[in-house]
Amino acid sequence: MAQEQIRQDTRVSIRTPRARVRGLGVAHHGVNHWWLQRITAVTNTVLMLAFVVIIANMAGRSYADAVHIVANPFVSIILILALLSVTLHMRIGMQVIIEDYVHAQATKIAAVFANNVYAVLVAVACLYAVLRIGFGQPA
Amino acid sequence: MAPTARPTVAQPLSPHLQIYRWTWTMAMSVFHRITGTALYGGTALVAIWLLALASGPVAYSYVAGFFGSIIGRLILFVYTWILMHHMLGGLRHFAWDFGIGFDREKRLAMSRLTLIGSVALTLVIWAVALLVR
Repeated sequence: MAQEQIRQDTRVSIRTPRARVRGLGVAHHGVNHWWLQRITAVTNTVLMLAFVVIIANMAGRSYADAVHIVANPFVSIILILALLSVTLHMRIGMQVIIEDYVHAQATKIAAVFANNVYAVLVAVACLYAVLRIGFGQPA
Repeated sequence: MAPTARPTVAQPLSPHLQIYRWTWTMAMSVFHRITGTALYGGTALVAIWLLALASGPVAYSYVAGFFGSIIGRLILFVYTWILMHHMLGGLRHFAWDFGIGFDREKRLAMSRLTLIGSVALTLVIWAVALLVR
């Protein structure tokens, strides 16, 4: 019997045809992380090159000039997109590393939790700062 | 038929990293994780820089002063290389995701290009940044 027919035979495999069709696997998330990691990898390349150009332009400038650059709507939007793309990407990347090397269940859960806290903290801090500068409210 | 007792022998363990001869692809794979981890920590520096800019001239002068110092510039220079290395490593993985570049010569060439390209890009970025100023 062909391998495919054996898989579809519920007397052989405990997985229901519906579960196979949904394709979400044991974690119930399917390939969501894998796919998002590739999408953000592509957006990262474009956005981080723009980020490097922005940073290089700001080096050595006065405070007023630096604020002026970041407050530019175009620059603000690129920075916000970059920080969203990067924090999503690094959150998944670090989770993969943790799951590869940390095997004790409690430590692993704590590490993944800390990873999420860090990623959200960085994202919110950067977002707040860029918006505050963009809307012209630096203290 | 009674089940025959299986002899208990120590399972062979796979060799650990130190036993392998280092190859380009292996080294670049390890580098990709290390640079990714470094960039992960480095985002805190970006957050500090942006928060300082949002906080006002005094806070910004401290942060700008630090990044303008010798140590600060060294961190930014290495950070640029790490970013470029991780980016080229990611593009290499992207080619593999499409099933491109799995044969021996391409594998080796892409791995070498990751290291050479990242160093070259870093030097170009810093040269342009310093010359345009």
